[in-house]
Amino acid sequence: MKKDIILAGVGGQGIISIASVIGYAALQEKMFLKQSEVHGMSQRGGDVMSNLRISHDEIASDLIPFGQADLIISVEPLESLRYLSYLSPTEGWLVTNITPFNNIPNYPDIEEVIAGINKIPRHIALDADKLAKEAGSAKSANIVILGAASPFLGLAFEKFQDAIRFIFRSKEESVIEKNLEALKLGRDFTDQNI
Amino acid sequence: MASKVAKMYDLKKKRFMKKFLFLLRHIHYTIMANKLLLLGDEAIALGALDAGLSGIYAYPGTPSTEITEYVQHSKTAKENNIHCTWSANEKTAMEAALGMSYAGKRAMVCMKHVGLNVAADPFINSAITGANGGLIVVSADDPSMHSSQNEQDSRFYGKFAMVPILEPSSQQEAYDMVHYGFDFSEKYQVPVLIRITTRMAHSRSGVVRSDCREQNTLHLPSDLRQFVLLPAIAKKRYNKLLETHRFFIEESENSPFNAYHDGPDKSLGILVAGIALNYLMENFPDRKIPYPLLKIGQYPMPRKLVEKLVGESREVLIVEDGYPMIEELIRGYIPGQKKIRGRFDGSIPRTGELNPNILAVALGLPDTQGLPVPDLMVGRPPQLCAGCPHIDSYKALNEVLEALPKGRVFSDIGCYTLGALKPYEAINSCVDMGASITMAKGAADAGFVPSVAVIGDSTFTHSGITGLLDAVNDKSPVTVIILDNATTAMTGGQDSAGTGRIEDICKGVGVEEAHIRVIRPLRKYHEENVTIIREELNYNGVSVIIPRRECIVTVDKRMREKFRQKQ
Ligand SMILES: Cc1ncc(C[n+]2csc(CCOP(=O)(O)OP(=O)(O)O)c2C)c(N)n1
Ligand code: SF4
Repeated sequence: MKKDIILAGVGGQGIISIASVIGYAALQEKMFLKQSEVHGMSQRGGDVMSNLRISHDEIASDLIPFGQADLIISVEPLESLRYLSYLSPTEGWLVTNITPFNNIPNYPDIEEVIAGINKIPRHIALDADKLAKEAGSAKSANIVILGAASPFLGLAFEKFQDAIRFIFRSKEESVIEKNLEALKLGRDFTDQNI
Repeated sequence: MASKVAKMYDLKKKRFMKKFLFLLRHIHYTIMANKLLLLGDEAIALGALDAGLSGIYAYPGTPSTEITEYVQHSKTAKENNIHCTWSANEKTAMEAALGMSYAGKRAMVCMKHVGLNVAADPFINSAITGANGGLIVVSADDPSMHSSQNEQDSRFYGKFAMVPILEPSSQQEAYDMVHYGFDFSEKYQVPVLIRITTRMAHSRSGVVRSDCREQNTLHLPSDLRQFVLLPAIAKKRYNKLLETHRFFIEESENSPFNAYHDGPDKSLGILVAGIALNYLMENFPDRKIPYPLLKIGQYPMPRKLVEKLVGESREVLIVEDGYPMIEELIRGYIPGQKKIRGRFDGSIPRTGELNPNILAVALGLPDTQGLPVPDLMVGRPPQLCAGCPHIDSYKALNEVLEALPKGRVFSDIGCYTLGALKPYEAINSCVDMGASITMAKGAADAGFVPSVAVIGDSTFTHSGITGLLDAVNDKSPVTVIILDNATTAMTGGQDSAGTGRIEDICKGVGVEEAHIRVIRPLRKYHEENVTIIREELNYNGVSVIIPRRECIVTVDKRMREKFRQKQ
């Protein structure tokens, strides 16, 4: 099994946490992993993306070739469209939040952004911010999105639950529970809408 | 004898414990038995610690920063008293590392590519003095300029200095090369350059550790004049370097990091350097390359292997991230009509980072495409954080300058460079660290008054102080604004060398006390700040204004840390 994943969002939205959870789950399955991050100026609201590749066979390139990503996971709607050139036109899934992070003066009309997302042949679009609040942790929109993407990652759902318990192990039990709930709400959304 | 055995046992136990503790901390990164998942930067840092490092010297710079930070956070480094605090700039870092090498211990110095410009003088001359304890210089290039002013290629510096260069193709090689590099450095008494790129620095992959070894003990060079580069000695040392260079080439021919693989299809030969190997392999899912292939990870170039590749194949494709350095060299090596393909003939784009698709096109394989990005897409450039002190400084400065013709603010490199963008559009230059004060001085010397310099506190101590001294000595009419946010924010909030002492430094350099003005960049002091800036702009001499307020990101980090400790 091999999955090539583009993670997208705005600096500070927690895409590295998504990568850690998927990465931990994949390593528990004894998979190989390569993850390429763009560090640098991310704390100041610029766009950020990461290439995450997991595979049972050894991985060559740190970068995913264009048109070959199995999945784009985005915590922000406009950002979900930025890396479409990486998405496999025949098999790729786009999983994205629809709540915009509007920190630029020329942010396009959100209706048009959503329309752009709806044009993607295989996509899941959800209000992760709302679901995160429902889970009791407004900051966990990234984990909601991860939950929504989990059916496409080729790993059992429990693996992600275990990974969350591990990654957040230094946090209070209530934080872990809320994140597990966020993960589940995202997963339920996809299960009901696929 | 018994005590020797006991000592060995102790040592083994110590090493085992060291390894064990490390693994415990990194257990969430453990793949199977003993593989760690590390960034290229982290692999280099760990490699250095395991290879018996005594000190790392660096000034932060993306994408090299995480090397030093890894050592700073390492418990092993703390226990073993390994030097790891930040240096004021890359030149002081390089020189301190050379001093540690003189004293017989292993030292590493790390920087981003443009840092090597700053450290070029000691770097080039360290090749002439040679090393004593192992000395490794790591320079991190940034093809495609993800976060830099240019995409210069550090390998040219290595070639210029005539030192060996190592260039990893994987995080594992990055780790292994440090051990190898220190051995090489000690064997030939020469500094070794490790060249990485952003992609290697900031990509994670599995790494297996090798044995740890102890630090060197203090021991001086056998010839105490080795480091005295008076012409008579320097000439001898230079000749020695030239003689040794022969052995460097021989080492390259036999290096574990250079490899020749034959292939049945001789219509093409491929020469691939560093991380480009991965992009090549990506295009061959069975990992079998049909063409003769020469993989390069160690320089100077192994001439015999190159000649073999060229001799075997009808055409040669050269694939290297960065400038076409090998390509230029090979064109010189090869007589006659053989076709060389690469960045010069357009087989590969002349600029920018490589990727698997660029390789596919160069090899005539099918290019792959995703979906089109809709036309509504707009850029999302980084911005000053809401509440950033620089915003208040720029608002006040802009108000004062409103009355004057535009184009008089010389700035520098840091978060505040984002003040060039809308809505502030407050600055007119950003060239290299320290250039704000000196450019403002030059413009003032030309009669362009008032002329303003805007520089961050860390950039000021990096290389602004000497420029300020020039301005004081010439009584140049410049207003220098030192944005003191008490940190090196741009690169992630590292300590800033002059925190708490900026006024004293200015006084010491000779700026008149009456013209050193500290202000609070907050909205409620806006009017007051405007008045002060106006007064100093009208002063016909050197004045310094220091807007002082901590970066809100570091404040936030500190508060969270405090909260955590309270719990
Ligand atoms: C020679 C060189 N070394 C390092 C860097 C990377 N770098 C860019 S800005 C900066 C520090 C800026 O700190 P400061 O001047 O205090 O400004 P702040 O970001 O805190 O506003 C560094 C380390 C560089 N561009 N050039
Ligand atoms: S990191 Fe600090 S200095 Fe940089 S923009 Fe944010 S608040 Fe300002």
